[in-house]
Formats: sequence, structure tokens, C-alpha cells
Amino acid sequence: MVRRSVLFPSQLGDMNRLFSDFFGPETRWAFGRGRSFPAINVWEDGDKLFVEAELPGVKSDTLDVTVVGDELTIKGERPSRAEDELTFHRRERGTGSFTRVVRLPVEVDANQVDASLSNGVLLIMLPKSEAAKPRKVQVKAAK
Amino acid sequence: MANETQHQGGTAEMAAPEHTRSGQVYRPDVDILEKHDELLIVADMPGVNPDDIDIKFEDGTLTIYGRVTDGRLDREKLLLQEYGIGDYYRTFRISEQIDASKISADMVDGMLTLRLLKAEHAKPRKIKVAAK
Repeated sequence: MVRRSVLFPSQLGDMNRLFSDFFGPETRWAFGRGRSFPAINVWEDGDKLFVEAELPGVKSDTLDVTVVGDELTIKGERPSRAEDELTFHRRERGTGSFTRVVRLPVEVDANQVDASLSNGVLLIMLPKSEAAKPRKVQVKAAK
Repeated sequence: MANETQHQGGTAEMAAPEHTRSGQVYRPDVDILEKHDELLIVADMPGVNPDDIDIKFEDGTLTIYGRVTDGRLDREKLLLQEYGIGDYYRTFRISEQIDASKISADMVDGMLTLRLLKAEHAKPRKIKVAAK
């Protein structure tokens, strides 16, 4: 059974968060940071929505990006080093699998979504559907 | 044994970055791993081209600096911002257990791996026990 959350009062006050992810488990990668992985930045222009995430060391063949309706899912994994005779003196980088579901603020054309991975940065470009594009409204002077 | 090698491994850090570009500079997450004959430092520096990494070793201090490509720095009006974008900087104090002339690095998918070979005298040596 899937639980959908409603907007909490704290989210209404935060002008920066236009959307939140309603479900998506804390993953091992989160390593106690208490936040979903990966962190994302989102921006738009007139006819496209952009979602970017930093995924260093993740190979594109383990990455899964899907768009269904108004939900974008980013799934993947970064394996840990499995070697004998290995001692960690410091371990800050998480490993393991991750899944993040993001609810998009605008309707997009799922067939035209483009995703590219370069130097560990994933950039997803989602064209807005026609209805979601801004339309200039002519203001007529009332008589 | 772990405590001993931690001290021998010889990597401690210092603060205070110097940078000539404006904008935030970040400290990359690292893993420091010790293997039989080498130390590995793996640093996450997404958005940095292999050509834009500076690695310096001077006076027992190893410094890594990664320049992020300009195009990503001036994004305006984000709808949602969960992370900042900027160059990466971090320093490590390297003990004499490391052979300074044998440090190598490779960078792939925004992940920098530094291999520091241990100096000969620092390698663990197995001692044969003769049966009498």
C-alpha cells in the first residue's frame, strides 16, 4: 500500500521548495545524512524543465531514469570496494543503491525526456507539455 | 593494529583554502583506504574534468584542487536547490611512510583516485617461522 503525504505546513512556508518527494526510502548511501539521495537542483526555461544531480562514480549502465506522469524516478547504485586486506582510515563516501522519486511541478512530455551523464553529473532535460508552456496574454484596455 | 596503522598511514588535514576564483569552494568527500603496499585516497569531485585537477605535493602536504566547469556556476533562478556548485579543495598531511616520488592519480566519472605507494621500509613484512 502506497502512502501519499499531503503538504505539511512547513512546506507551505518555504518558497524554495516547489515540490517534495513524497516517497523514496532513506538509502544506505544517505549514510545518516537524513536526506534523500541524490540531492537535486531544478530550474526551467520557457519550454523545458531541468533536473541535475551529482552522482560521482556511478556508471550510466547502472542508472535508471524514468518519467511516469508527473513523477521522475532516479535509481542507481555505486558498489563499494570489495577487497581483502583493506582498512578504511576514513569513510565519507556512501555506497550502495539509491532511489529517489521527485514530483515534477509542471507537466512534461515523457517521450522527449533527455538524460546525460558527464563527469559524474546527471542532467535531465524534460520538455514541458504544450499546456504547461507560458502563454502571453494580451491585456486589452477596458472601455 | 588498526590504531597503529592509522597513525602510520599519516593523513591528517589542514584548513584554509586559497582560491583565485570567486564563489564557494567545497571540501570533497573522501575515502582513505590502506592496502598492503599502498594508500588510496578517493575523492568525489563531480563536474570536474580530469584536465582541471591540480595535485600538489610539497613539504609533506598533499593538496588537491578541482575546478568546476564555468557553465554550471552561473545558473540563475533555481526552482529547487539542494546543493551548491563550486570548486573543490582539500589537503592531507602525508607521513614519511609514503614514497613521495610514487604518487599517481586518475579521474573518472567525477571521482579522483590517488594512489600513494608506501615507502619500502613501511611495507609490512612477513616473517617466516622456522620449525626446529
